[in-house]
Amino acid sequence: MSGTIIFTKEVFWRGVRRSAPLAAGLAPFGFVTGLITERHGLSLADCALMNGLVYAGSGELVALANWMHPAPILAAAFGAFVVNLRFALMGPVLAPWLTGLRPIWRYLSLTILVDHAWAISVTDMRKGGRDVALYVGLSVPLWFGWMAAAMAGFLSAKGLALPPDHPLFFGALAAFVALLVPLWRGRADLLPWLTAAGVAVAVARLLPHSSWYIPAGAICGCLTGALMEKPRG
Amino acid sequence: MGDQLSILLAIAAMAAVTIACRCGGYFLFARVEPSPLVRRALAYLPGCIFAAYVVPALIAGPPGNWIGAAATMLTMWRTRNLGVSIAAGVACGWGARVWL
Repeated sequence: MSGTIIFTKEVFWRGVRRSAPLAAGLAPFGFVTGLITERHGLSLADCALMNGLVYAGSGELVALANWMHPAPILAAAFGAFVVNLRFALMGPVLAPWLTGLRPIWRYLSLTILVDHAWAISVTDMRKGGRDVALYVGLSVPLWFGWMAAAMAGFLSAKGLALPPDHPLFFGALAAFVALLVPLWRGRADLLPWLTAAGVAVAVARLLPHSSWYIPAGAICGCLTGALMEKPRG
Repeated sequence: MGDQLSILLAIAAMAAVTIACRCGGYFLFARVEPSPLVRRALAYLPGCIFAAYVVPALIAGPPGNWIGAAATMLTMWRTRNLGVSIAAGVACGWGARVWL
């Protein structure tokens, strides 16, 4: 990618506007996370702290699934680690853009890294985009939207009748599915993606109730792609 | 240990771990020169992570979600509009659940 990285207000606001459907897709997920937090006996302040500082729904749900009193500090941390390990791999992919920010803003931007905003940023980066404001504009509103949804879910817990398998909750998964489309770069992605999915399914079966299947599948898929590219001889 | 204190410590531990993941990956990458293989592999990461997350989730969910997923991808392919695609997927998944 050529050219220096810029940060413009126009693209920041473009990111903010484009974050709206992402926030809508995440809202049911955040809502159910807040709701489950209340069901496990945590306080409103606990809910705010967890969703504000951890800000990773799948990691939180994994920890909450096995919550106890007193709280399982190590198990919760380990659960969060396994699920959120993918962020450690995602940050480097955005490195070309992140170098356009001063270190303090770079790492602050990383703390609010989430999958959808990352996927859209990567897609733009691949097309030659050089404006890191897109990533920031996408990511900041998502944090606020998530917090609002989680708090709403917490406060609604006592009065609500939505079953946990309500069709509306598919919105969160649908967002991931939709983002696969712009991420597709052509035939070269087919075998890596199939490998990633296949390994993920197998590992999920071998190690149920954990999230190792995500990094396992992703790494196998990536290696498949990289090795297939290797020139002969 | 008091329950409230243990809750705060658990949240702090989860936050520390997650921030370490989000920032640590980039931090290491910026200091350790990745091999050509690693760099090639990272280029495949976006699609592979999403595929690794989506397929097991679809398998674990109700069959109607597959229809919802197909509707989502078709709509996204045609419209390139994320909001419309999510809505189409949720609607079709819901419909499939009710009528099939």
